[in-house]
Amino acid sequence: MNMQAIKTQTATATQVPASEVLRLPMPKQSFVRARLVPAAGAVAANLIPPIVVIGLLLIVWQVLCSKPGATLPSPSKIWMEAYDLIVDPFFVTGPQDIGLGWRVLTSLQRVAIGYGFAGVVGILLGTLVGQSVWAMRGLDPIFQVLRTISPLAWLPISLAAFRDSQPSAIFVIFITAVWPIIINTAVGIRNIPPDYRNVAAVLRLNHFEFFVKIMIPSAAPYIFTGLRIGIGLSWLAIVAAEMLTGGVGIGFFIWDAWNSSRLSDIVIALVYIGAVGFVLDRIVAAIATIVTRGTAAN
Amino acid sequence: MTSYPYLKLDLISKTFARGSVETEVLKEITLGIEKGEFVSIIGHSGCGKTTLLNIVAGLTPVTTGCVLLENREVNDPGPDRAVVFQNHSLLPWLTVYGNVKLAVDKVFSASKTRDERHAWTMHNLDLVQMAHAADKRPAEISGGMKQRVGLARALAMEPKVLLLDEPFGALDALTRAHLQDSVMAIHGKLGNTVLMITHDVDEAVLLSDRIVMMTNGPAARIGEVLEVPLARPRKRLTLAGDQAYLKCRQRVLEFLYERHHFVEAA
Repeated sequence: MNMQAIKTQTATATQVPASEVLRLPMPKQSFVRARLVPAAGAVAANLIPPIVVIGLLLIVWQVLCSKPGATLPSPSKIWMEAYDLIVDPFFVTGPQDIGLGWRVLTSLQRVAIGYGFAGVVGILLGTLVGQSVWAMRGLDPIFQVLRTISPLAWLPISLAAFRDSQPSAIFVIFITAVWPIIINTAVGIRNIPPDYRNVAAVLRLNHFEFFVKIMIPSAAPYIFTGLRIGIGLSWLAIVAAEMLTGGVGIGFFIWDAWNSSRLSDIVIALVYIGAVGFVLDRIVAAIATIVTRGTAAN
Repeated sequence: MTSYPYLKLDLISKTFARGSVETEVLKEITLGIEKGEFVSIIGHSGCGKTTLLNIVAGLTPVTTGCVLLENREVNDPGPDRAVVFQNHSLLPWLTVYGNVKLAVDKVFSASKTRDERHAWTMHNLDLVQMAHAADKRPAEISGGMKQRVGLARALAMEPKVLLLDEPFGALDALTRAHLQDSVMAIHGKLGNTVLMITHDVDEAVLLSDRIVMMTNGPAARIGEVLEVPLARPRKRLTLAGDQAYLKCRQRVLEFLYERHHFVEAA
């Protein structure tokens, strides 16, 4: 009490000097300087290192493969030999002479069907295994054994079963992608916090509502981990499967080019496969970020 | 017609079995709660308070005994006994509005139109003063606000009994006091029947009509039931020096202190 009284006294005793606020003019900045230059700098900082590294690798490659007796084509030789493949991905000159873009699209179509099935079946089976102890004990050992089988080992069996190359290739994609989706979904379902189950119990959500409103959103981060691994594996498997089944597709193109000794074409096809695989992974990752933003932020 | 309490816990015992080891947590708990009454259960941690609440909620099955609500046995969870969980348990992928709406849509799917459900959701958010944050996600609001939304979700179910499981345990003292005032105001306005678990003596005395004190586990039972003879509405500041308030507080402290002491000596 006393302290406060003294404080107020001193405060009133000190005279506040009269002052005036001076307003300094804001330095004018042009839009280009304020926004564009830093943005361009950020882009450059991200783009320049990979461009430099790729340039260096191409130079090394050129030097190594320019020697007489080199077994692989140099970048300049590839540019000359596979010029039409590089500049136009979507040309059509004959039934087997089409641009790599078309071939990639054909392969992507197979992947889409096989991966789509794998997504639906994987999430449903994963939910079953995650939810029911009985199903887990019964199915998990089978999954653990089956998932170690190489995708290509399934091919003869599926060829025998479907008697056609198209569904066989799709089946191989399916069987490759489905395991990580099942296993990750099951882990996600098993990790649903008991609190959410209690909320669902108090609200008396039925099985379907619980699946849609609690299970799927809660397990979404895990499910997308599985989906992302799955899309990578499918893209790995389709190339190998197409090599064996033939027809149109990026995998068969490589096999065909190898048989007719067009090494430059193979290199271009590899670049395509890598780029498409990268884009697929990023697409699934982007969807995951959008869908799971709520769950991940908890 | 014989009179019976609104909510009745009748000789409830709970034994958890883990392998061959059996632990008796609760022993012959009998308690009647009248409509509109605010009852707190207080006891040391580990005495089975939360187990008791979960039994009333139907989330944990009883070993023997039964829970009667309006003289009918209830043994599975339902919106007539809405729970405000200790850790809010909001669904992080839904907005504040979405969390309450989920409950409203489920409970009133048949009895209210879409517009009425929206209005009811907003009304309940308003009741806990959270309407301004309706579009925020749980991760974007503070712990006290989450607990308010949890309370709104429970109130929106129009439960016959509101079950509060240490609802303010994880909050700082100031936020807790603020929320206690809100709960008192809502209880005064709506006249809910409330069963609250707490380990805070002041909270129990301030909010309750009756305080049920539980002995230490294992085999916890009701040690004493204390009536709190304080008129409502109650004011935190005026009660701080009130003789009746202090006496109640003293009684609860003595009980907890003696029991605690007793266990240590044994």
